[in-house]
Amino acid sequence: MSYDPVTLSRMLTGLTLFVHIVFASLGVGVPLIIALAEWRGIQTKDPHYSLLARRWARGFVITVAVGVVTGTSIGLQLSLLWPTFMRVAGHAIALPLFMETFAFFVEAIFLGIYLYTWDRFKRPMLHLLLLIPVAIGSSTSAFFITTLNAFMNTPQGFTLKNGVFTDVHPLIAMFNPATPTKVSHVLASSYTVSACVLAGIAAYSLLMGRKEIYFKKALKLTVISAFIFALSTAIIGDFSGKFLAKYQPEKLAAAEWHFETRTEAPLIFGGVLDQNNEVKYGLEIPYALSILAGNKPSTKVIGLNEFPEDERPPLFIHYLFDLKVAIGMLLVLIPFLYLIRRMLPGNRQGGYPKWLLLGIMLLGPLSIVAIELGWLFAEFGRQPWIVRGYMKVGDAATTSNHVGAMLLMFAVLYIVLCSSCVIVLARLFRNKDVADEMRELGMKEDVR
Amino acid sequence: MSYELLGITVLWTFLFGYLIVASVDFGAGFFSYYSVITGKQNKVHSIIQRYLSPVWEVTNVFLIFFVVGLVGFFPDSAYYYGTALLIPGSLVTVLLALRGAYYAYNTYGSSKEDNKIYIAIYGATGLLIPAALSTILAISEGGIITEINGQVNLNWGSFFSNPYTWSVIILALVSVLYISAMFLAYYADKAGDRPAFEVLRGYALWWSGPTILACVFAFFQINRQNPEHFRNMLTIAWAFILSLICFLIAVYLVWKRRRLGVSFILVMLQFGFAWYGYGHSHLPYILYKQVSIHESFTNETMAVALIIVFIAGLFVLIPSLIILLRLFLFDAKYVRGSSPKKG
Repeated sequence: MSYDPVTLSRMLTGLTLFVHIVFASLGVGVPLIIALAEWRGIQTKDPHYSLLARRWARGFVITVAVGVVTGTSIGLQLSLLWPTFMRVAGHAIALPLFMETFAFFVEAIFLGIYLYTWDRFKRPMLHLLLLIPVAIGSSTSAFFITTLNAFMNTPQGFTLKNGVFTDVHPLIAMFNPATPTKVSHVLASSYTVSACVLAGIAAYSLLMGRKEIYFKKALKLTVISAFIFALSTAIIGDFSGKFLAKYQPEKLAAAEWHFETRTEAPLIFGGVLDQNNEVKYGLEIPYALSILAGNKPSTKVIGLNEFPEDERPPLFIHYLFDLKVAIGMLLVLIPFLYLIRRMLPGNRQGGYPKWLLLGIMLLGPLSIVAIELGWLFAEFGRQPWIVRGYMKVGDAATTSNHVGAMLLMFAVLYIVLCSSCVIVLARLFRNKDVADEMRELGMKEDVR
Repeated sequence: MSYELLGITVLWTFLFGYLIVASVDFGAGFFSYYSVITGKQNKVHSIIQRYLSPVWEVTNVFLIFFVVGLVGFFPDSAYYYGTALLIPGSLVTVLLALRGAYYAYNTYGSSKEDNKIYIAIYGATGLLIPAALSTILAISEGGIITEINGQVNLNWGSFFSNPYTWSVIILALVSVLYISAMFLAYYADKAGDRPAFEVLRGYALWWSGPTILACVFAFFQINRQNPEHFRNMLTIAWAFILSLICFLIAVYLVWKRRRLGVSFILVMLQFGFAWYGYGHSHLPYILYKQVSIHESFTNETMAVALIIVFIAGLFVLIPSLIILLRLFLFDAKYVRGSSPKKG
């Protein structure tokens, strides 16, 4: 391989984030859903919900472990692979990084306590309360880290003087224009992916012929959550479009293959570009881009031609964007179909149309793909900048010649970690079946 | 106290916290493995597992805190250390990742027997990680990271051929085993587990000799590596003498099987005096002659913001840590194993 350190550093960082983002998103969202289940269990005195919380928590801790160690990787790789970036930008962004560590600390401590204290309190509510710092900790970690990413997109709160960031205002840097939409999008999509993955697991069990009402309760709780979260994610996505149009027009323009600045801009879905940057075979929705950018057809949308060629993001992000949006719509549609399931046709399995169960099962992988696409889009869309307008990616990376070997080493590590994680999770739930556990706890096995 | 001094003191304190907590954890991993292969498993394995379980995640955070804080307060250190330490830093990251993940797999994953491979990974990384991390202290003495025409490099030849490097690695390894054994002996005693206590007390006493020898060896190796630093150390020789006295009393108490809590506090003081003595005399350099706390300091606004966050964070952290310790370290029922474990 003859890649330069910059390309290799990008690949390694991308790889780490590619793995981390799945576990991190689950880490943010799953505590919330566990809390929902445990809360319902206490409210309705229904032991099924408490058991749900307990079993989810047991699997959750495995994914947290992988999230923690990949998070440690990215934390160290920021300095190892991007020393110049950290040296310069560190002056402005150290604050959220530092706070993230605190938030994570709180999360880790209370998660440890939560896991080991299921039957230690006389009042079950006290145990549930332990989840609040876990959920707050993980969501605020996501918040702090995302402000950092937002800063890279719309930097502010400093003056660049002789290559040094001076006159720094850390809070202004944190609360930059990209922060509101980015943070809310990240949080909502984390909750969505968590609900979708858990819904997928419940649907899988039902498809495999499980009849216990336990699984139906799991399905109901998770699919309804998925619907609400996916819908919010979509609405926030619309705000993100307006944000991009105003503050990062080149990202939106590249995503939409929008070259000429104009009003009444159409939105193009799919298609291919020829040599003259003409779109072919695309689905064109009139006015839609203008409406996305500013809610009315008369909104002027800045085109890519306004930017010098070496400052344009790569054009393939169009596909990332379209695919992400398409999946995002499915994530709303499938849970919606669940809500009206009684009116739907099809062969029934356990009272649900079989094809619908299949669709819900797919929510898990689909939502993970959507998250990956979203991140790829966000990161490629910022190219060639690492700090937009101030520092290019090419000037920020390490100069070391050993990044290639490290890339290989980490690739092996992540393959080992992820595959063993899946094996351990599968074994965990196979060894301790729900039915056995209910019997152990002296619960009735309702089959309906 | 100037902001930069405050900043480095905070960071050094985090690293000290990591030194103690991680040593207990690393050593426990090794002893756990050792007890399995020597057939003493029944005696000490469960007590070690019981302590480790709820605490493992917290350990890593101390290290991350230090790294993030160092880069935050002293952005230049990211540049020099970051570039030079790509390979060792990545190796440590991989080892930490394997250790963390497989520990969780073993504890929460398999509901049956302890998995031999997992325990072996846990034991081996328990020695490899401190060995690798300690080399950064050796590098910080200067002369190993070079900057030529803006290209930062680590001179591997002078790194490995340097007796100081090896003295630090040895010191790290034996200290880990010593600190860990001292703590676990105390913990076993609290749990009222006599057989475990006797085994762990043996480990603690066994490793105390090599610890003090390695300390003295490393102490004088600094003189060869970095005479300026050594002279600074001699001006605060009292700290190192106090450290030695703490060591002697701590070992005496364990030998006599008396006041083991006090003994472990003395172990912390022993390393505390040496740690802050070493750190203080290292100043103003974070990396000798290349990164100093004065010239490489972040801007003042950021420094103030970081310090405010740190103080606010302590108000959240300390109560949380106290809850954790009260539930698992100082709760007699849990320590003895009569209250249920994981859910």
